[in-house]
Amino acid sequence: MNIKKRVAVVGAGITLFRRRLKESGKELSFHAVNMALESAEMTRDDIDSVVMGTAPDAFDGIHMKSENLLDGAGATQKPYTHVYVGGGTGVFSPIGGWWHVASGMHDTCLVVCEEKMSPCFPHPQTAFRTIWDPITSRPLNPNLVWIFALEMHRYMKVHNIPKEHIAQVAVKNKGNALDHPSAQLGAKITVDDVLNSEIMVYPVNRLDISPPSDGAAALILASEDVARKYTDAPVWLDGVGWALDSAYWTNRDLYYPQYVEEAAKMAYKMAKINDPPKEVSFAEPYDPFTYKELHHLEGLQLAKKGEAPKLTVEGVTARDGDLPVCPSGGLLGVGNPIAAAGLMKCCEAFWQLRNEAGKRQVPKAETGVCQAWGDLMQVGTVCVFKRDS
Amino acid sequence: MFEAAVKAYVDAGVNARKDIGSFLTAAEDYWEGYSIFDEFVPDQLGAVLRSVCTIGGDGLLAISNGAMQIETGLFDVVAVEAHSKASDMLTFDGILSHALDPVYNRAFNAHPYFIAGLEMQRYLHATKTTREQCASVVVKNKHNAMDNPLAAFPADMTVDEIINSTMVSHPLTQRDISPLADGCIVMVLASEKKAKELADHPIWLKGLGWYSDTPWLEARDWSAAGYTNLARDRAYKRAGIKNPRKEIDFAEVDDCFSYKELQHLEALQICESGKAGKLAEAGEFNCDGSFPVNVSGGRLGAGNLLEASALQSVLECVQQLRGHAGKRQIKNAKTAVAQSWRSVPTASGCVAVLSNEL
Amino acid sequence: MSKNMKELPGTPLSGKELKSEKVITFKWRPNAKYAWSAGIAYGRFLDELKAGRIIGRRCSRCERIIVPPRMFCEHCFVATDEWVYVKDTGTINTFSLSYLDADANRIKDPILVAVIDIDGASPGVGILHLLGNVAPDKIDVGMKVKAVWKPPEEREGSVTDILFWEPLED
Repeated sequence: MNIKKRVAVVGAGITLFRRRLKESGKELSFHAVNMALESAEMTRDDIDSVVMGTAPDAFDGIHMKSENLLDGAGATQKPYTHVYVGGGTGVFSPIGGWWHVASGMHDTCLVVCEEKMSPCFPHPQTAFRTIWDPITSRPLNPNLVWIFALEMHRYMKVHNIPKEHIAQVAVKNKGNALDHPSAQLGAKITVDDVLNSEIMVYPVNRLDISPPSDGAAALILASEDVARKYTDAPVWLDGVGWALDSAYWTNRDLYYPQYVEEAAKMAYKMAKINDPPKEVSFAEPYDPFTYKELHHLEGLQLAKKGEAPKLTVEGVTARDGDLPVCPSGGLLGVGNPIAAAGLMKCCEAFWQLRNEAGKRQVPKAETGVCQAWGDLMQVGTVCVFKRDS
Repeated sequence: MFEAAVKAYVDAGVNARKDIGSFLTAAEDYWEGYSIFDEFVPDQLGAVLRSVCTIGGDGLLAISNGAMQIETGLFDVVAVEAHSKASDMLTFDGILSHALDPVYNRAFNAHPYFIAGLEMQRYLHATKTTREQCASVVVKNKHNAMDNPLAAFPADMTVDEIINSTMVSHPLTQRDISPLADGCIVMVLASEKKAKELADHPIWLKGLGWYSDTPWLEARDWSAAGYTNLARDRAYKRAGIKNPRKEIDFAEVDDCFSYKELQHLEALQICESGKAGKLAEAGEFNCDGSFPVNVSGGRLGAGNLLEASALQSVLECVQQLRGHAGKRQIKNAKTAVAQSWRSVPTASGCVAVLSNEL
Repeated sequence: MSKNMKELPGTPLSGKELKSEKVITFKWRPNAKYAWSAGIAYGRFLDELKAGRIIGRRCSRCERIIVPPRMFCEHCFVATDEWVYVKDTGTINTFSLSYLDADANRIKDPILVAVIDIDGASPGVGILHLLGNVAPDKIDVGMKVKAVWKPPEEREGSVTDILFWEPLED
């Protein structure tokens, strides 16, 4: 496989992540884009194309909301595409940007993700009512957390995983988030705090869940030929992968995310990574729930099946461990404005690989992997970023 | 979707589970009534555990993204799907209103077709185009649809019947508006090398362009289709088109509203601004005219398929360029232009130049 | 980023502030109503539920019997071949206890949800449904269960024609 053009990341931007922000979706997008442009010392004139990633329209409460957001995203009178794979969108948007640039069609592409969950009443959860199959599932009046609880329980049962080990993920990520300036829920907590928090949907406790949030993030991609015009330290987007499994999730074994494995293998092949645990220096897997970080580490081939909890308990995945995982603080700590949260992970990879992550900096960051997940537990999206060498 | 996909794969001679690298669907949640419609895409396209994504745009935008995916070198073959199940919507008007800017435009409580009324008024004023000329577009397209077995709204009507139909948002009448229909279209794209293996006479995408103007109703040039001007420049440049009227043989353009066909033809430089109405009235855009437009019947005759209408335009171009258009075949057609618009309230659209010669 | 970043954009609001007069908000209830045609497979599935039976489809290529039924097999990508009745008994594949309703309001008595692998369908083929007539602490993965149906006159061709699934006595 020969990719036409190598793609670099040259700038990144992010807003605060909060339960409610006063800014409109357009305004949040504008702030993130502006910061990204400034960090790359570019203006909107340098941008050839724009990719917007945003999760269900029902949150913002606008049909075709990408059309409404486009001026905030800097896309007025530009080629503009809205890409979408549910919760996986945040890490998928840079993939959409990647093919704009790797194809040679555009020299630069601005990738923007925005989510404003607070307009949805009575609760952002209400928007999730309509993700279900209207025939087989909606009559049961399901709550979104159900399916995750069912998946988590299956994962725990198959591998005999104690809840204490899973709770450790919340402790780590909320702790890491204390150092992230956007973070909504950075905190020093203990495993007992997680176990003793209210049961939402057994076996999911309140502290196992990331919060609904408002927020936006942006990333600027450029082809190899022009990247160095803007920066001395480009970060390379060398591997991309995405896969969707069947919508009939009750016909699959939920203990293992096969879709993440497919996406990861695609991305590793492109990035010429043969031995992921050795070659990957840090990972930002999708962690809207504690167990998902573990589940995804296994799908990403960074832990053997059923062994990710052990790595966490042993401290391997701590920021100073051998394989730092979610050094940003993840969705559990920084917050979960869905698509923007996924792109936040890619921003983190950019900053880590440029040694700009400040207190969050992991040692010897050479290769970072970001991943997101979505739809009815069926999407895997993966990006592999490398430092300029 | 399953049926359209199987037809497309058989036509292309590909096995969905082995040969297709990536699948794209053009869809919007609120058209479907699902949040995250993406969930329900892979199964019926043969795309389980493959690279699949949703493009929140029309079918031609999905084709553009599919073409870029192939250009990267990552895939040899991709499939593009778009559909309309408009009949599932009990409150199409309420859903379309939901696309208006929540702060500035919803408070009017007007049906969103008011935007088309505003635009049509300005277009007629600025270009001296007449109501009758717009109505002649409807007459032509509904008549063309009579030879298209897939079309949902073929009819023989008169200009008077259209002008005198119920007023919706002055000067736009009920018959100026394309009626909704259900349908699904799947297309298979391939790299140059792979296409030559798969087909003796593939149809080539020579140039693509897609642009968005401004989302603000308050800041638009209402008289011209700015998004098409931008997309046209890019697509024509890629395709090496300098004199569109001479180098292109026919067009399938968006005619969601009657006046839009005229406005879009002007934006595509098929004629000068303000001339399209006169040419339409004179029959120049008829099937047997000097430059046939919307021989398929367009949205007015074949039905408004929402995001899939753009693919319906491309499908007609492909069938004509292959010489498979039956009774409505245009003789010696070599190069075509397909153009799309996402309808109100957007200012987004695409342009594609297609040819049966590489 | 942290190095050069002094202040991040964004103005936080509390829930109280959002509802107060100080912040101008626009309220809107979308008028979005739909009537989905069930399609061929689900149409028959719902008709059969009304009659008190569960039906699936068989794919002759991979030999799977799939429930809920579909007219094509997503793995083989061919049309499925025949209707097959399956039993109204099954095994709990995984389960949960929901203390939240569909709008995320807290509720006292949890809703008991489960994926139930259906007897007579291929292994690992299950449906999402509810459990009942069982104490929450007695539920376990692997437990055998049986459907409890609504009385025939109350059934309406919906998955709720099965009230819930209860433990199967040996």
